[in-house]
Amino acid sequence: MVTRSDDLICHISQHAPIPLEAHFTCRAGEVLAVVGPSGGGKTTLLRMIAGLTLPKQGQIQCGDVLWFDSKHSVSLTPQQRHIGYMPQHFGLFPHLSALENVIAGLDHVPKAQRRQRALDWLERVNLQGLPDRLPAQLSGGQRQRVALARALAREPAILLLDEPFSAVDRETRERLYIELARLKQQLSIPVIMVTHDIHEALLLADKMMLISQGQMLQHGRPFEVLSHPHDEAVARQMGLRNIFDGKVVDQDIERNMTWFTLGEELIVSDSAPPLAIGQAIRWVIPNQGIRFNAISSGRLCKSLNKLDVLIESVLVMGESSRVIASVIGIGSVINADVPTHLVDKLGLQAKMQTTIALKSEQIHILNVPLPN
Amino acid sequence: MDWQALWLSIKLSAFTVLFLIPLAILVGRGLAYYQFRGKSWLEAIILVPLVLPPTVIGYYLLVGLGNQSVIGQYVEQIFGQQLVFHFSGLVIASVLVNVPFAVQPIQRAYEMVPIDIRDAAACCGMSRLRIFLKVELPMVWPGVLTALVLCFSHVLGEFGVVLMLGGNIAGETKTISIAIYDSVQAFDFDSASMMSLVLLLFAVSALALTTSMSRRLGGHNGHSQR
Repeated sequence: MVTRSDDLICHISQHAPIPLEAHFTCRAGEVLAVVGPSGGGKTTLLRMIAGLTLPKQGQIQCGDVLWFDSKHSVSLTPQQRHIGYMPQHFGLFPHLSALENVIAGLDHVPKAQRRQRALDWLERVNLQGLPDRLPAQLSGGQRQRVALARALAREPAILLLDEPFSAVDRETRERLYIELARLKQQLSIPVIMVTHDIHEALLLADKMMLISQGQMLQHGRPFEVLSHPHDEAVARQMGLRNIFDGKVVDQDIERNMTWFTLGEELIVSDSAPPLAIGQAIRWVIPNQGIRFNAISSGRLCKSLNKLDVLIESVLVMGESSRVIASVIGIGSVINADVPTHLVDKLGLQAKMQTTIALKSEQIHILNVPLPN
Repeated sequence: MDWQALWLSIKLSAFTVLFLIPLAILVGRGLAYYQFRGKSWLEAIILVPLVLPPTVIGYYLLVGLGNQSVIGQYVEQIFGQQLVFHFSGLVIASVLVNVPFAVQPIQRAYEMVPIDIRDAAACCGMSRLRIFLKVELPMVWPGVLTALVLCFSHVLGEFGVVLMLGGNIAGETKTISIAIYDSVQAFDFDSASMMSLVLLLFAVSALALTTSMSRRLGGHNGHSQR
């Protein structure tokens, strides 16, 4: 890959005290979401990039500057790396006002200009009128914006955000998503955002990296990762629940069609890699690949991969409902999130028999070794 | 009322906190932030003066700093003055005896500083000294103040170690606690009660001041609710 002068290149490898293996590039202007469960090594990775923790082995380079190289004993301090870092709980200095907090990040600016520069940054994050408030006198969202202003005021080589939205309420979070999305367009530095929320990554990131137990599971564009998870672990982390066993029955490479079994039923996929006939596979279908419909409407008559199911339960969860159904004659359980208005419209309810269709282009085969 | 003894006690307290507090900040910070082999042992050693009888500590210091000891002989050679039965010896003894009173509150205060804040300070480009002065010290100040007041009050009332190491030399090692003991021995209860009252009032005022300051500073640091 050709790297640009402001990209971050990171190679980290260690087994103890916390196992961590991560190799990736984050390009300037790109938001990389590091996603994974708690304790998976996300924050440790961010702290290593910041220089707050040193990896046992590896190399970290930002633009032309080598930040860390275990082979040549190079290790720049966080102060030397010139980064913008927003910790999970924002790390605001509690005894300093919002303005003084931002000024604290302006060491690189002549003293006479710092106050005005800090006021400008507070205005950019819509906090004008609150410069004299202490962090304890600000709401969660306002604190988050002060921390963001302080990180950006440093004119950093890279912006590191650790769970930036975890400490604010839902309404504030939605508003901040929009602000970050807007800000993203103005930044020309690599931005690395740690989150455990897939939704956040899909919404804001250009690339995402799944990490679990210190291992990098997959790295790519968010929707690619969602629709083409490498293996079951990635699929489960992405919140995909419909993962099944199958056996390949036939494959037509020219038409890009692959037939395999789900119990006694035959399923067809038009996005499978070359497979051997008779090969056992694991396959997954994301929520958007399941069409739920009532038999009475007859809308599925032309669809492929039709399955008769018995609805076991319908759990209304606000605007969306979780429909859990078992495939009749097989017993495999399908989980689908269906808009509640559609559930009402189709009259979906427990103990009801209906038909679903699985979109052939959305079916993805997991972790398949190529045939010899 | 033995004013000379009171003045000597105040002088001893002042010298003790002057030497002890910077040392306690260094040790308390290290214990709060770093994990190292033997940390539990070091913490136990720091707490020893809390559980050991003052006379035992005084005895070991008398032996360890006396003119028969290596340290005692060395100091006498250089400064021409022995440590025992001298004010300088009392300062050393007071510093050692009060280590737990100084280190513990400061260590606890440092443990209360969230790691996020330290990380953010480093990433803001602040030097270590600036982080200490501008971020850490304003946040651990209630702990430092508590340590200062506790040590000052404790030294003011110290008896066992002072008597063992310094004896009872007026103007040199006779502190107010020893003066109270002397007065009682001489059946001068008026003087003893006056001096005791001074110590009692000082102790209560100092602790009230510490509590109030800690609360005020804690609130200022954002630890209290709006």
